[in-house]
Amino acid sequence: MVLKVFFPSCCSSADSGILIGRWISEQSSAVVLAVVHFPFIPVQVKQYLGELQRLTKVTVSVLGSWSNSKQEKEEGLSEFLEDLGTIFSHEPWIQISKEGDSKFWSCSTLQKQSKNPKEEEIILVYYDQRKVMLSHLHPPLDTADGRAEDASKLSAIFNTVARSRVLFMTDRYDEGPIKLTHWQSDGVEASIIVELLKQASVPACMLLAFLLSLVSGICRSRVLKFWPLSFLWSKLSTCEQLGHRLQHLQVISSNRKAQTQTQLMRKANIFVSLLIDVALGILLMSWLYRKNRIGHLADTLIPVADHVAEELQDLLQWLMGAPAGLKMNRALDQVLGRFFLYHIHLWISYIHLMSPFIEMILWYVGLSACLGLTVALCILSDIIALLTFHIYCFYVYGARLYCLKIYGLSSLWRLFRGKKWNVLRQRVDSCSYDLDQLFIGTLLFTILLFLLPTTALYYLVFTLLRLLVVIVQGLIHLLVDLIDSLPLYSLILRLCRSYRLAAGVKFRVLEQQDGKPLRLLMQINPLSYSAVVQTYRLPTYSCYPKDSWASLCKKLFLGELIYPWKHKGEKQD
Amino acid sequence: VALRRRQHSACCRELSVRGPRVRLGALSAATSAAWLAAYAVFALSENSMVLSAAIFITLLGLIIYLHFVKIDQESLLVIGSLGIQVTSSYASGKESTTFIEMGQVKDVVINEAIHMQKVIYYLCILLQDPEDPQGVSEVVPLFQSSKPRLDCLIEVYKSCQEILEQRKTAPQSS
Repeated sequence: MVLKVFFPSCCSSADSGILIGRWISEQSSAVVLAVVHFPFIPVQVKQYLGELQRLTKVTVSVLGSWSNSKQEKEEGLSEFLEDLGTIFSHEPWIQISKEGDSKFWSCSTLQKQSKNPKEEEIILVYYDQRKVMLSHLHPPLDTADGRAEDASKLSAIFNTVARSRVLFMTDRYDEGPIKLTHWQSDGVEASIIVELLKQASVPACMLLAFLLSLVSGICRSRVLKFWPLSFLWSKLSTCEQLGHRLQHLQVISSNRKAQTQTQLMRKANIFVSLLIDVALGILLMSWLYRKNRIGHLADTLIPVADHVAEELQDLLQWLMGAPAGLKMNRALDQVLGRFFLYHIHLWISYIHLMSPFIEMILWYVGLSACLGLTVALCILSDIIALLTFHIYCFYVYGARLYCLKIYGLSSLWRLFRGKKWNVLRQRVDSCSYDLDQLFIGTLLFTILLFLLPTTALYYLVFTLLRLLVVIVQGLIHLLVDLIDSLPLYSLILRLCRSYRLAAGVKFRVLEQQDGKPLRLLMQINPLSYSAVVQTYRLPTYSCYPKDSWASLCKKLFLGELIYPWKHKGEKQD
Repeated sequence: VALRRRQHSACCRELSVRGPRVRLGALSAATSAAWLAAYAVFALSENSMVLSAAIFITLLGLIIYLHFVKIDQESLLVIGSLGIQVTSSYASGKESTTFIEMGQVKDVVINEAIHMQKVIYYLCILLQDPEDPQGVSEVVPLFQSSKPRLDCLIEVYKSCQEILEQRKTAPQSS
């Protein structure tokens, strides 16, 4: 099989020495991690490698020799390098030599126990050590540590470099018996800000966890679980959003370090999302409170509610007359119309009763926008729900009436044909009725049938209004969901440090020369943006339409109450 | 549609197919049509925003077309015992690459498909199913925008098979 040597591009200008790294025999590939320079004592090198193996669980061994002769080739050196092959016995012993500044190196292998003396081909693949170490290969394979490597060649290479982090911590300023060259050998990089943040994060997390435990203790206290309050909390979407954010904060402030890459990314995503949310919320708040816009908003709220109520009254007057030229049953029309008009009258008086307190309530409620833009949007959706409560009531009245009528009609239609619904067998059976049963049944059927258009019209009008309100609320919730679940940290990482999220690799063929091994450059192929969003999406209490279009239409036709945006985990009616 | 073959070494071959280029005539015809329509709307509505909107939309549409739609060249890089790399380069210079490891490649074949009234041939890579050694888990079609003809595909097929055969004859472990 073709021998592949993965050589770090930072070692291209290193002085002569021996190559250490990992040999993957199933793939016949050698991953070079560093170059150990002369002078060295072989015993010490073996000791160092043994220690490294213990720390990193990667089988690091001496792979071969590297000679970088800046002047003409020295004959003695090549024999010396071959002799090294006998000291560090490794099958096959790889010898790479570079002359002067030439780009084309010569590579050969020494096989002592070679069954086929034929020269096998060698491919030299250059890779950027720092990027490969930091990058994370997707799709992530389920890892028990040994098994992942058999599955894919590339993940084996990425794993090897990533787990040898300890090797890269020794730089040339360390006083040790071994002198290495790798990507950090010119000096280990570290940032003061990052170290300070790491130190400060521990007490900050503990403080946050303590505060959160207090808050969640209060929330779980029995006082808030009494029936009217618990019903209210379950209906308001603001409480749900606040609970969701509380959960997020608990994830961030937990003391356990993230074990896997996915957990780390999730924590980072939650943190950035919370930060942006709060920043936008504070921006919104400052915009609202400047020039007292919130006072103006409160002033216009009552006239808007009044206007809506007046429009509804006009609509009802229109229905009570001859809407769209249809002729209604006068008596039922008047009854229904007057009933709904009285309801609106009650609603308007209620609103006027509340009007002196509206501004104050709104002012304090607006302050909670500093908890985040999502909370402000949820409050908006709740205010819309409260202001259009009468539309919801009318819809329920109309739907119940219509539903009753439809059920009555279907049952009496069966009676008309001489059949009955058998509850035990859940099917329609024939039944012989008495004459007076048939007489009354037919009479009722006729009455219900001729009153159907009036009820149906009221039902239609109020259902359309209710659907309008539901659609507006749904759009707001969709926006909240989007802000909640967008993985901003991953997207910014993909934008700025695209090598960290790798979908795979790409190879580029470098200049070739006859007789020399094939030279390839391995670069990281970053994940596409859509794949990033799909992989790292934060889970939410997503509100998705629970019914398909067909079942929704069926429910509308039968008059059953519809709640299209049922939240996951809510108890079904 | 032109095929170019490069042999980098005994186990590495690059095959690239170049599609038809963006023609100046078609481009200027499309732009003039868009601007004439915008001018007609402007003459009717007397709103100069229409003209600037038309310019903006034309530029945006051109950039989107060159960067996301128009593929200039598609190439296949076969490296024995490493894998197969499929690259598409767009007219704006963007390149999108996928690399398939050799362990996942079962075979490279020419498939026939019946499209409307004719039979078309396309080259595709069959991926190995990890559970079932005889099964095929996925079919990756190649050269989808340049759509070369059968004679071109046969040459590409022969080149690929020469390299793929090497992995069967070589001993699996050392």
